[in-house]
Amino acid sequence: MLSGKGGTGKTTLVASFATLTRKVVVTDCDVDAPNLHLLLRPKIMQTQKFKGSKIAVINKTECTMCGKCEESCRFDAIRNFTVDPILCEGCTVCAYVCPVQAIELEERISGYAFISETKYGSMSHALLNPGQENSGKLVTLVRQNAKLIAEKEDCKLILNDGSPGIGCPVIASIGGVDLGLIVVEPTLSGIHDMERALGLLNHFQIQPLICVNKHNINVDNTRRIVEFCESKGVEVAGKIPFDSLVTKAMVAGKPIVEYSPKSLVSKDIVELWNRTLKHLDFGT
Amino acid sequence: MIIAVASGKGGTGKTTVAVNMALSLGKVQLLDCDVEEPNAHILLRPEILDTLPVYTLIPRILEELCDYCGKCAEFCTFNALFVAPKAIMTFSELCHSCGGCSIVCPKGAIIKEKKQIATIKKGIIGDIELVYGELNVGEPMPIPVIKEVKKHIKGDMTVLIDAPPGTACPLVASVYKSDYCLLVTEPTPFGLHDLKITVQVLKDLKVPMGVVVNCAGIGDRKVYEYCEEQGIPILLEIPFSKRIAELYSQGIPFVAEMPEWKERFQQLFNRIMQG
Repeated sequence: MLSGKGGTGKTTLVASFATLTRKVVVTDCDVDAPNLHLLLRPKIMQTQKFKGSKIAVINKTECTMCGKCEESCRFDAIRNFTVDPILCEGCTVCAYVCPVQAIELEERISGYAFISETKYGSMSHALLNPGQENSGKLVTLVRQNAKLIAEKEDCKLILNDGSPGIGCPVIASIGGVDLGLIVVEPTLSGIHDMERALGLLNHFQIQPLICVNKHNINVDNTRRIVEFCESKGVEVAGKIPFDSLVTKAMVAGKPIVEYSPKSLVSKDIVELWNRTLKHLDFGT
Repeated sequence: MIIAVASGKGGTGKTTVAVNMALSLGKVQLLDCDVEEPNAHILLRPEILDTLPVYTLIPRILEELCDYCGKCAEFCTFNALFVAPKAIMTFSELCHSCGGCSIVCPKGAIIKEKKQIATIKKGIIGDIELVYGELNVGEPMPIPVIKEVKKHIKGDMTVLIDAPPGTACPLVASVYKSDYCLLVTEPTPFGLHDLKITVQVLKDLKVPMGVVVNCAGIGDRKVYEYCEEQGIPILLEIPFSKRIAELYSQGIPFVAEMPEWKERFQQLFNRIMQG
């Protein structure tokens, strides 16, 4: 699941899909602003420390203030023989060029990965510590964990909730997937970002599907999205209406299809899910 | 004065706040640091005056000098080089441009090469200057582009920074060295959850902050309770409104059609300036 633009409804849909599926492993690949657990309420069974990055530390008593480290650092992370941990990317060049071995790299715990159980199946998720780097590596860990669980449980379906954007964590969350479902809202920004997300799926040769969420907030833009997709040969697998019930379900901490199964929005989500499943081959 | 606009959760209205505030204040510089999905230009429709490529430095191997000793691959923390007995490969998307490989190579077989990863566009809308970056599709690293966008900051102007969603390094790179940060949130469990993480990032960075509640009226009161507990001022509430949502969907900044809001954004700015 991806969107380019944030806040288009990825998590709402993934949580609903999870309730509609008998056997599934769900991941939350948005590791720095995860929300899926607020709807699926997982019980954490296993916690792993994630050491994603290293930080250079200068030993002041050894340092001869030669300045070689500062000169070699491409990230401008060293000033006055002190490392700025925010700018340091842990490349180790400073430690290498230091003639008196006064610099060491310290590993830092950048976050945690979790393996959990939910009412709907197993869940692999994580939490990056605030402001940390390497969210892509943590996404990769989340996906590796999901794969191991799926193999163990003989489960053929993994649902990945993604993060906004098209950069490193998103690329990590779509590598090797069979299908990419883009959730778009019918706003000019939404369309712009969908086109870039579609470009990303094309770049990695992943089959795209489109879902228009809140389609009734701008019918003209929804039509433009449908026409655009037709011209590109991309299927629009569903259109979900705006409904304040979605926020109410979120406040109640429940997937919308469970909170209000008879609502129009839930019916449209079920239909979207059934159409999405047609594109997946479970080898049966 | 540099004011960043951030959120944690995506789609809460960062760009809406940044753009409408810029139009209300006038004579400001707006930097769109969401280089993965920049949107400010869609609402502002600037006249583009300048287009600049953004390059990173990646290694180029001079194979005639390389003896496949493997020291470069061993050194590279980012696994951007792979050396086999009679071959060497580079993975430029993984490279952080630290230059370590060419420093450690005993044969001088690695030189640096420029690779374009993004484009920066500069434009104007009346007396507003817009600078935004566009990461090339397929490129994973926004940080060098964010840093490049921020090099265009003019010290003598009021600068607004539209930050990307999330709470990881792209957020840090965007708000780093800002004088103030406006946190735009929606009053929902998702909004609150991500707001809390973002507040932690700003505390670590020692950037003072205030909250703008967007789509006020939906969800619950927990964002308000949290802000009160933490002593974070709520500086503005933008109600959930069909009219505002429609205007946004058409790419129209709402102060253009609802000018009474200009004063509210000016007051918001004054409150920030008064500390």
